[in-house]
Amino acid sequence: MDDFNALLNGFATVLSWHNGGLMIVGILLGIVVGVLPGLGGPNGVAILLPLTFTMNPTSAIILLSCIYWGALFGGAITSILFNIPGEAWSVATTFDGYPLAQQGRAGEALTSAFTGSFIGALVGVLMITFLAPLVAKFALRFGPPEFFAVYFLTFASFIGMGKESKAKIVIAMCIGFVLAAVGLDTISGQLRMTFGAPQLLRGFDFLVAVIGLFGISEILITIEEGLAFRGKNGKIDLKVVFKTWATMPRHFATLLRSSAIGCWMGITPGGATAASFMGYGVAKKFARDQDSFGKGNIAGVLAPETAAHAAGTSALLPMLALGIPGSATAAVLLGGLMIWGLQPGPLLFVEQKDFVWGLIASMYLGNLSGLIIVLATVPLFAAILRIPFSIIAPAILVVCAIGAFTVHNAQFDIWLMLAFGIVGYVFKKLDYPLAPLVLALVLGDRAEDAFRQSMLASRGGLGIFWSNGLVGTIMTLAVAGLGWSLLGSLRERFFPRAAVTESAGGGATQPQG
Amino acid sequence: MNSQEDIDGSVAPSAAVITKRTAEIVVGIVVAAFALLAIVSNYKLGAGWADDGPQPGYFPMRMGIAIFLASLVVLVQALRKNDRSAFLEQAQAKLVAIVLLPLIVYIAAVQFIGIYVASALFIGIFMCLVGKFSWYRSALTGVIVSLVLFWIFEIMFTVPLPKGPLEQLFGY
Repeated sequence: MDDFNALLNGFATVLSWHNGGLMIVGILLGIVVGVLPGLGGPNGVAILLPLTFTMNPTSAIILLSCIYWGALFGGAITSILFNIPGEAWSVATTFDGYPLAQQGRAGEALTSAFTGSFIGALVGVLMITFLAPLVAKFALRFGPPEFFAVYFLTFASFIGMGKESKAKIVIAMCIGFVLAAVGLDTISGQLRMTFGAPQLLRGFDFLVAVIGLFGISEILITIEEGLAFRGKNGKIDLKVVFKTWATMPRHFATLLRSSAIGCWMGITPGGATAASFMGYGVAKKFARDQDSFGKGNIAGVLAPETAAHAAGTSALLPMLALGIPGSATAAVLLGGLMIWGLQPGPLLFVEQKDFVWGLIASMYLGNLSGLIIVLATVPLFAAILRIPFSIIAPAILVVCAIGAFTVHNAQFDIWLMLAFGIVGYVFKKLDYPLAPLVLALVLGDRAEDAFRQSMLASRGGLGIFWSNGLVGTIMTLAVAGLGWSLLGSLRERFFPRAAVTESAGGGATQPQG
Repeated sequence: MNSQEDIDGSVAPSAAVITKRTAEIVVGIVVAAFALLAIVSNYKLGAGWADDGPQPGYFPMRMGIAIFLASLVVLVQALRKNDRSAFLEQAQAKLVAIVLLPLIVYIAAVQFIGIYVASALFIGIFMCLVGKFSWYRSALTGVIVSLVLFWIFEIMFTVPLPKGPLEQLFGY
């Protein structure tokens, strides 16, 4: 009941003119970010984060999370109208979305994509509303060993659930950890891996890394394909919307399955991209008319969009309740919390009630207004893509450079962004995952602190990680999961299966062939 | 290992500059070198166990070892898979260079002439040369984008960005 009142207070916070306005601005910006290749959810949020340093944290998180919702919606527009996934998680939407648009049913496809997104998000938010406070309450008992165990579980499940080669996931993640360690060591006060360079004293800021890894690299990959946007017309009138909504009950089972998949993949850091592919695959498996998938089946649009949005939303649950983000964008938002002076973790629900419930309320309202806005403005955003790439590309690069600079007002960071961009470009083309790198960069220090604090307490005995039932269970789960996945990859080597899913799990805009 | 004939040239629309196999190997070696750097640097710092717990280099050095081992796996996999398909084709390399080289010049220019002038020039010249727009439309777009950025950052959010001689002329 307490929580319910807090949620109502949250609604009141969001519905003020100031925050409501920020919500709409955030969604519009988010759709732009989702539509344009080269600007993605994590990257868009990272670029705008420095502008929120002076804002009140609640307003700031409303703005930034709404950019995230907008980006989730926007990705579908380009997938359906242009056959270009604006985001990695909307790749699966192109399979049936573009054929539908070719048949002149773009309006239907867009409406169902947005509706699916909305339903997925709604399920995710409902779950957060009821589950997050419980998880946080439970986690209040956690000490450093428990936290380290949860971090360990997170990273183990990244390795376990990633579709990329296990060795590449390990490399990406551990590079993140090493980069996180560069600079001043907070516990001993010593300098690590700075090699006498004063620019490295600060360490690597994850915002700069995100802008390079997700922004610059995306532009390079996009230009490589020599893009010429040739899109279908996307006009939606109310008649189409209502007609499509009338068919929704028929897809009830698909929506439910995709939502469940999305929620699961969001909490465990599988991510929206993996969820969308899984949602699509499962919908196809259960369908009676499997052959129509890929040729323009509405369920083939609904399923991945619902799953992606459910995953994107529920990725915020572990971020809010435990301080462990479930996706790259959630990791950026978590970084935002630290910058605004909030301590992420279960205490957030106790100490920053207004903030947490304001954010949760803004998820409901942001997704609802997002659905309405996106339905009304599709033609406008489709028109953005008709702007020639020779204008958009340098403009995006300029925005990225400014974003990298504003993090610390350092010109060195622009060079760093470029370096990360090239690394990201090469890694993406070779199927190295980028999300674990960013996550490790954000969480590296915290995971290390938790580990070292546990070691201080136990005088160096690893036994502390099995000292009580709770931490022991988490730790055993993590070790078992890690062992299982490594065994699995060994088995794969000796009994290789057809690599159908391999290309699907890779980057958004992998060149075909 | 090299007995197989390179047949992928017929599939690709333009000749490959680098094959996937080469790219995998080069990246694997670079990653391994990075790992060695981390291992050595942290070992010198002290990666053992002190009285008060792990030394500062303890954790990063172990991460470095993990990277090194994983990069060996990647190298072995790359050699065994022997993927001769194109990592980068000539036409693609040209397109990437068209973006990458001006970007490097742009970032270098920011230090001297400030971000606003550099951005206007970058957008204008890119539009004119790559997009084949007329010079006045390119120039106009560049200047307008820079003015909008100036308005957002310097005036609305009062976030100072790098400025050069031109801005000083106007008293900023």
